[in-house]
Amino acid sequence: MQKTLLRYIWEHTKPQQVFILLIVALSMIPYFLAFDLPKQIINGPIQGQGFEDLSATQTFMDFSFTIPLLGYTFGFDGFPLDRMQTLVALSLVFLLLVVINGAFKYYINTYKGRLGERLLRRIRFELVDRVLRFPPRHAKSLNGAEIASMIKDEVEPFGGFTGDAFVQPALLGGQALAALFFIILQNFWLGMVAAFMVAIQVIIIPKMRRRLIELGRQRQITARRLAGKVNEVVEGLGTIHAYDTSNFERADVASRLGEIYRIRYDLYQWKFLVKFLNNFLSQVTPFLFYLIGGYLTLRGTLDVGQLVAVINAYKDLPGPLKELIDWDQARQDVQVKYEQIFENFEVEDLINPALHALTPAAAQPRSETLQAVSVSISDDSGAKVVDHVTLKIDRGETVAMVDHAGRGAEAMAEAFGRMAWPSSGRICLGDNDIRELPESVTGRHISYVSTDSYFFHGSLKDNLLYGLKHAPVKKYEYEGLKARQRLWEIREARKAGNPHLDIRAGWVDYSYAALGNGAKEDLRKSLLAALDAVQLTDDVLELALHSIINPEEDPDFAARVVEMRRALRTRMNELGMDSLVIPFEPDGYNAQATVAENLLFGATLAPLTPDNELLSSEHFYTALNKVGLQRPFAEIGRTVARNLVEIFGGLPADHPFFRQVTSLSAEDISYYQSLLQRKNEPKPVNFRLSEADKAFIRLTLEYIEPRYRLGILTDELKDKIVGSRELFYTELPAHLRELVERYDPDKYVSVATLRENIVFGKLSNSNADGVAELRTLAGTVSRELGFADQLLNAGLDYDIGAGGRRLTPIQRRKLNLARALIRRSDYYVFNKPLPGLERHTQEEIVQNVLAFLGQQENDPAVIWVLSNISLSRLFDKVVMFDGGAILEEGSYETLEQESGTFKALVA
Amino acid sequence: MLLCDEVQLLRKLPYFAEVDTCKLKLLAFASERVTFKAGQRLFTQGDSGDSAYFILSGTVDFLVTTPDGPVKVSERGANSIVGDISLLCDGPRSSTVQAAGVVEALKINKDYLFRIMDDCPGMTMKMTRALAERLRLTSSELDKVRALQKA
Repeated sequence: MQKTLLRYIWEHTKPQQVFILLIVALSMIPYFLAFDLPKQIINGPIQGQGFEDLSATQTFMDFSFTIPLLGYTFGFDGFPLDRMQTLVALSLVFLLLVVINGAFKYYINTYKGRLGERLLRRIRFELVDRVLRFPPRHAKSLNGAEIASMIKDEVEPFGGFTGDAFVQPALLGGQALAALFFIILQNFWLGMVAAFMVAIQVIIIPKMRRRLIELGRQRQITARRLAGKVNEVVEGLGTIHAYDTSNFERADVASRLGEIYRIRYDLYQWKFLVKFLNNFLSQVTPFLFYLIGGYLTLRGTLDVGQLVAVINAYKDLPGPLKELIDWDQARQDVQVKYEQIFENFEVEDLINPALHALTPAAAQPRSETLQAVSVSISDDSGAKVVDHVTLKIDRGETVAMVDHAGRGAEAMAEAFGRMAWPSSGRICLGDNDIRELPESVTGRHISYVSTDSYFFHGSLKDNLLYGLKHAPVKKYEYEGLKARQRLWEIREARKAGNPHLDIRAGWVDYSYAALGNGAKEDLRKSLLAALDAVQLTDDVLELALHSIINPEEDPDFAARVVEMRRALRTRMNELGMDSLVIPFEPDGYNAQATVAENLLFGATLAPLTPDNELLSSEHFYTALNKVGLQRPFAEIGRTVARNLVEIFGGLPADHPFFRQVTSLSAEDISYYQSLLQRKNEPKPVNFRLSEADKAFIRLTLEYIEPRYRLGILTDELKDKIVGSRELFYTELPAHLRELVERYDPDKYVSVATLRENIVFGKLSNSNADGVAELRTLAGTVSRELGFADQLLNAGLDYDIGAGGRRLTPIQRRKLNLARALIRRSDYYVFNKPLPGLERHTQEEIVQNVLAFLGQQENDPAVIWVLSNISLSRLFDKVVMFDGGAILEEGSYETLEQESGTFKALVA
Repeated sequence: MLLCDEVQLLRKLPYFAEVDTCKLKLLAFASERVTFKAGQRLFTQGDSGDSAYFILSGTVDFLVTTPDGPVKVSERGANSIVGDISLLCDGPRSSTVQAAGVVEALKINKDYLFRIMDDCPGMTMKMTRALAERLRLTSSELDKVRALQKA
């Protein structure tokens, strides 16, 4: 990157700058013509100069031009026009000039804007490109939000400045010089006075701006730090709440804001002081003209005409001068920003761009060995964590690396994965240092997985296939308008120095899938097998079952869900397990469902809390009255309230049973208590239901007989509820009806989860192991039906959130491992990828992974840093590190027999 | 069976004989009613326990794992409480309990029981006494077995 922004702009927009300068110069011609024309119109046709005679005519558009040297003269005699005609003609010319000037202005502004935007695009891309090429050590000390704020906000003014970078000073400088020259022509000494004042302005003002620049720099840094801090607060919300440090963070943010305020206030004071001085200096010059010029005139050395001419000429000087000084300020401003950014992105040891070159073709399989030759690694503090280690890993070998003391094994794995660069020695793939090999070789031949993983915002599937997106492999076919749009995109990308790789192309390279040989089906196979290996399949299914899908987006899938629902019910009937789930039936009361669910016979998007739109509507209670359930419901509610008050009334308000055992809170209970104590409630006017009755009805709506066991729901009433379903629904006004999605055994319920849609009923409490039995049964049925696959697809579409935060930490670890397993590599480096997992799960997964990779045709090698040393028996070779050097190396059996240290560790 | 019937049955247990009716009602309300089919296990030996079961109807068998497989050591009928020991101390279940026929039970959660005991000081004393009674019976039985073995 160039040292100054002006140079950077010049480097990348040289021809365009020259072009726009020429255009601006060209635009000056009609501009000055337009200045001169009004005088001509007034003097000529209006005041009648040259038209003294009534029949006098003037020639219009006459000109003659002699080419110097050649002596060739060409010209035009013009049209003879009378006074009125001349007026019209000149006015039309004026209009024409206005249009031409406008067009020039439009063109120049657009051109400048485009120039600026292209440069902005270029510089932003270049910065991101640099981030991608930062060496690993530097990357550790970065704050993402600060980098983002630099790339997004701090470069923004560069775009606006680009268009004016050279045009403005050239133009304004020219104008100012012309004005100054004109003054000198009128009177040399007065001209010198003006020149002197200009010199003072040009020298002093920028000096004063030094402080402005310094303040600007501070402002920029503090603002960037603020962005970093805000990011930290967001990322660390959990920790902040856990340690009750929110006020500490508040204080921190407030003090930063105070600092920013101080700087900005200071900045304003200086800025306006400079402005004041600038204005003052330009006003002082006329003062000097009046005083000195006047004195000279009175003394008779200067005639009045000259003085007036000088003063007139001077009025053209301050304008351009002021703008020039403003331009200079803008230049310094962006220059400061540029330097700041330059410092942050000009890093030593940037990765050579050649290593990142796009390599679409599948590289030839390599059978080279991976080896570390006398490698030493220092950590960030400078301490040596690996000391001259030489280690060779052959293809097909499985190697366990363990630490006795220190963290040599981990650091070694990091070096193999290129996460850390050796301070001396080298790591070679075949004969080449892996730091010199392009990433298209190392990044595909070596898969590295460690504890800290990053996931990108998107679906589970996007993240699982992330490791296969090296280059666009399948062109996206554009048609018609889109094809033209695409060509435009490519052209523009080129002009701004951006790559024009197509993000819409197919990037997933099937030939890199772990299993098979490059067919799309193989990818799916690899994906499923990898999920199985890390025991994530059940989680994915669970995610699917928990999700709410829009049946209109995928009607086929919704239909399959209903099919699955039916198949499950049929199977339950066949096996005599029909009591497992009480289904929603249009003409039956579901004992395990609430009264509300039974009455509405449908699902609501929002839970039925008192402020639910449905329950807070008067229409709801009117409809209840229409079907004759209002009175009984209020009565039942009263009984329920009496019981609940009896049970919970004596508990302190902070008792955990509130909300846990009952959905009510302590305030709710005391509210009901007060309702029960009221006697002879006055009837509200116009026969509306009293608030108390509404509250009781709400209790009834939540009532489930087997849960409350109060024995108040008679069969008669149940029948009445079932019988009223249709009428009640039709009694509801349309806007309330929309809130309820009615159950239909043959239809998908869009507001319910997939699980609720499949089960379509309530689990009965007649079987204590019901959940487990249902799960097994549903699993069998869905596999037979081929539905499990589709369900898995739905799970793979699950959005894992920013950084995968919608997954549990364990799921993230497993996903991290699966992501590496899906891609075919020659070397897999696992650096304690499964912390926090139970011992036996860990063992199972290690076994699964080794088996999974063992069946791969390319015979990969596995390097696994184990935290659980006893698992090293599953590997061909064990390498034990101690204090950064290899202590023992050999097969598990040998080490167990020969090494006392190893034996002690395993035991 | 209704909530109030459950409360009547709970009251017959020595543990709860002197507990307020509304507290017992709270306990019953907080407890979940579960049904076991013949052969289903209420809990398995060695598992960690977080709840006790109050048998409302039916019979349960106590099984202990031996090298020759599970052996039935005793049985318990309606109106008895099983699994209460692991409610009070955090240990594994000492035996497997399995339903002999259809069993209806009230699943009493450990945390809920503790909360209620906190509110009734008398209940703790009652429970201690009942447990001591159990301990006395158990140790006298153990003594008998030892004596038999020696003889």
